[in-house]
Amino acid sequence: MITKRIIPCLDVKNGRVVKGVNFEGLSDVSSPVELAKYYSDGGADELVFYDITASAEGRALFTDILCHVAETIFIPLTVGGGINSVADFDRVLKCGADKVSVNSGAIRNPKLIYEAAKLYGDQCVVISADVKRVDGVFRVFAKGGRENTGMEAIDWIRHCVDSGAGEVVLNSIDTDGVKDGFDLEMLERVCEVVNVPVIASGGAGSKEHFIELFRTLPKVDAGLAASIFHFGEVNITDLKKTLKENGINVRI
Amino acid sequence: MIAIVDYGVGNLFSLKSSLSAIGADVTVTGDADSISCADKIILPGVGAFGDAAEKLRVTGLADVLKTAAAKGVPILGICLGMQLLLEKSFEYGEHEGLGLIHGEIRPISEAIPSELKIPQIGWNSLNFTGERSPIFKYINDGDFVYFVHSFHGTNCDANTIAVTEYGAELTAAVACDNVFGCQFHPEKSGEVGLNILRAFCEL
Repeated sequence: MITKRIIPCLDVKNGRVVKGVNFEGLSDVSSPVELAKYYSDGGADELVFYDITASAEGRALFTDILCHVAETIFIPLTVGGGINSVADFDRVLKCGADKVSVNSGAIRNPKLIYEAAKLYGDQCVVISADVKRVDGVFRVFAKGGRENTGMEAIDWIRHCVDSGAGEVVLNSIDTDGVKDGFDLEMLERVCEVVNVPVIASGGAGSKEHFIELFRTLPKVDAGLAASIFHFGEVNITDLKKTLKENGINVRI
Repeated sequence: MIAIVDYGVGNLFSLKSSLSAIGADVTVTGDADSISCADKIILPGVGAFGDAAEKLRVTGLADVLKTAAAKGVPILGICLGMQLLLEKSFEYGEHEGLGLIHGEIRPISEAIPSELKIPQIGWNSLNFTGERSPIFKYINDGDFVYFVHSFHGTNCDANTIAVTEYGAELTAAVACDNVFGCQFHPEKSGEVGLNILRAFCEL
């Protein structure tokens, strides 16, 4: 049977991995190539790289580093951040990315997902949605979680999947960095409306949170986290062993 | 020298990197002469079967591959490249394949329960069928590999060398003499995948 995936996420700025709490107060962690190798050797099923660099020079540096990562490790790589056009897809795919995740780019250009899916296939296009409750309604946020678009999130995600997105990363801003567990309520709503893989992001603080995630929501395909892996609070090999002992199918 | 066939279908960066990582002498080429001279050939591919089969035909590479197969040159098809080795495909119409392996390509939706997601994306285990294939020399029955697919080989009969369980038994790998095919991506399957490529390179 297909396994549940455990995915470390690396936020990269000017060629270095950083991770903030609630998207602010970034702190440098380590080298992307070293971390990627560490995770790949340690049993990560996939890696996500978010390029949070603003400048063009930084972006070029990022694609260089991505090539080094893709030459070093041989598990699936997803790349996001600053993807606004089909040319951006092309740029990162040529460096060895397998999937490309879009967020603000898809909000600005509603045709981006459709066009990219037609060119590279649905499996290559990931919609990454930053979602937060505002007055009891799930809203889509843009620009790294800073700007409320006013759009209702569940409909937006369904629309993205209908346009050709082959996977959904749901990042709950409400639970991100809080380390009190994934946003099960939000995830359940999304799982009800899409039939592509859903990756839970935001809120993991312990191994128990992953057990809770996969037990409560069997339709969730993967759990993504950053700082708890980077700072060694949760070891991936250990986590997968615990998941297996709890009857959750993982690759060991 | 191992030739990775470049016929404008898919991204060959990871495949080339993975072969370099195991020390293989590899070149990415669409040139018929270079492919004809290669000791081994890898046929990659993502995308639609019909377009890819057409590209192989118009470039003359379909004949190059058939000749190489008949001469006993080891050939490995990956993902869509594996599917192209079969007799035909029912992906959006009916298309002829290279016919080097028995069987035809059909949607996995015909085989699996409707609540399962399509494509199958993720790590699933390989279950060997029949005698262990030489490309599985360095891996074990039950090892995990990475799949991304909506179609699979059917009626491959004795050419099936491994299956995977996704609501039903799906064809994961095929072989006929010197011709091999993997539905999964060995270049994205970590150490297990590298060990499959290593065994192929040593054939």
